Amino acid sequence: MEYYLSLFIRSIFIENMALAFFLGMCTFLAISKKIQAALGLGIAVIVVLTITVPVNNLIYTYLLADGALAWAGLPEMDLSFLGLLSYIGVIAAMVQILEMFLDKFVPVLYNALGVFLPLITVNCAILGASLFMVERDYNFGESVVYGAGSGVGWALALVALAGIRERLKYSDVPEGLQGLGITFIIVGLMSLGFMSFGGIDL
Amino acid sequence: MGLRKFLDNFEHHFQEGGRFQKWYALYEVFDTFLYAPADLTKSTAHVRDGVDLKRIMITVWLAAFPAMFYGMYNLGFQATDVMAAGQGVESWRGWLIELLGGYDASNIWHCFWYGAVFFLPIYIVTFLVGIAWEITFAIVRGHEVNEGFFVTSILFALTCPPDIPLWQVALGISFGVVIGKEVFGGTGKNFLNPALTGRAFLYFAYPAQMSGDAVWTAVDGYTGATPLSVAASDGMAALQQQWSWMDAFIGSVPGSIGETSTLAILIGGALLLITRVASWRIIAGVMLGMIALSSLFNMIGSESNPAFAMTWYWHLVTGGFAFGMIFMATDPVSAAMTNTGKWAFGILIGLMTVLIRVVNPAFPEGIMLAILFANLFAPLMDHFVIQSNIKRRLARVQ
Repeated sequence: MEYYLSLFIRSIFIENMALAFFLGMCTFLAISKKIQAALGLGIAVIVVLTITVPVNNLIYTYLLADGALAWAGLPEMDLSFLGLLSYIGVIAAMVQILEMFLDKFVPVLYNALGVFLPLITVNCAILGASLFMVERDYNFGESVVYGAGSGVGWALALVALAGIRERLKYSDVPEGLQGLGITFIIVGLMSLGFMSFGGIDL
Repeated sequence: MGLRKFLDNFEHHFQEGGRFQKWYALYEVFDTFLYAPADLTKSTAHVRDGVDLKRIMITVWLAAFPAMFYGMYNLGFQATDVMAAGQGVESWRGWLIELLGGYDASNIWHCFWYGAVFFLPIYIVTFLVGIAWEITFAIVRGHEVNEGFFVTSILFALTCPPDIPLWQVALGISFGVVIGKEVFGGTGKNFLNPALTGRAFLYFAYPAQMSGDAVWTAVDGYTGATPLSVAASDGMAALQQQWSWMDAFIGSVPGSIGETSTLAILIGGALLLITRVASWRIIAGVMLGMIALSSLFNMIGSESNPAFAMTWYWHLVTGGFAFGMIFMATDPVSAAMTNTGKWAFGILIGLMTVLIRVVNPAFPEGIMLAILFANLFAPLMDHFVIQSNIKRRLARVQ
């Protein structure tokens, strides 16, 4: 139990997807103007990550890994070259379902997220989490915790960025830096703040 | 009023259409530094209060003086105390020290002068480089130069280790002022504390000169650990053997220039609290968070990590805790604005400080990073406090 807890904390703070690995930047920068929209996207990402990472874990362990098809009588088979393709497939399907769900039940959020909802499919944070899961040899339980944790970490960073950008609405940024430019600087400074966790070994 | 007249005679050159129109910001600095501005409120909305940005900033600046003077004395004392007989300081600093003082640790003036020779260049470089950036931005962007920089400069200089090379001081304050503040439009528009931003930048960019054991005493080749790193690596027993709690409270321990003396900092803090410049909610929150988590760690205990056993009253007097709590966390710009938000902001800082100090082996000191981290979430705390206020009041209406 303690191990899972430390994995959870580590994936939220120490290995924060957005501020330590700089993954998922496009949506991170685009949907951080309003706290409400950021909260919605954050929750969507948590849901997608919590489902896709374990599902991909199952696909990898029982279908793709070297010798994983032993149960089907094919112990020689190594399908891991199909990894990228199947992870993206799972993620795309998952996002499609989420989109239909939001359209039906939470149309306000659906409209606020707009084109960025389907774009979660190609959000590198989500594919990244699946690839990290494979690289670090997580088992099923670990991948559930890791998926949820990295989703929460990404969402936390996103909402904090939205809060800062809402406060900076009254700032007086030089013309050349307005918009994305200053946001890049903010993200860099946020990453400086998250450095406080660098080096913690859980 | 000769001076006033002199300034008035010059003013039209700097106003729109004048010869030196571009340099108006520079003129404005001098004028408002010497005299209260004559601007009057012309509409009906009117606040009768003499406290403006200038007075708030000058108060903080003055409040840092006890820590600064004690820090200079202590810098000299720590250095001369460990010097071998006959050993001196080479370079221009040694020349200055020998000109007006000496290396006698029991002589208060000698210690003070030794500290001044090390601290004043750091402060002067900080001030000149920072104010040059401020004025450049003010002239190019057409806003005013603010007294906020007085505070930033002294806080930045006081958190430097005594042995820091001056070019790093210049680099750090440049980063703090330009990236931490001016790109957002100047005082009041930033979201991180500029002094801390510069300090953290140096900390991560030049770890060898900003941490470790060799930088805390201004003597070549001498290594002496700060109380905090002794506690983190060798445990409380080793710490108490070397220094008593009273030593650490009064501040005769090695450390960053202005951060060693909790007593001097609390004197400045009392001034800030009486004048209500600093928020007591934030300070109380930091204390509360620190006491809660350090007591929790005391109860859990740990075989391998001696820092678990550090009690809250030791956390208070070691490292930069008191300095950060009084001067850095209460920065009105980067802290939370709402009352409930201030409590949450303070508690988060207190918790994070102890967490980094105890759990993170990479950084012995935590308050600086904890405040930066809390700065990131301050706008969010305000947002949720305001949302819940709106919700509560709506419910009352309906």
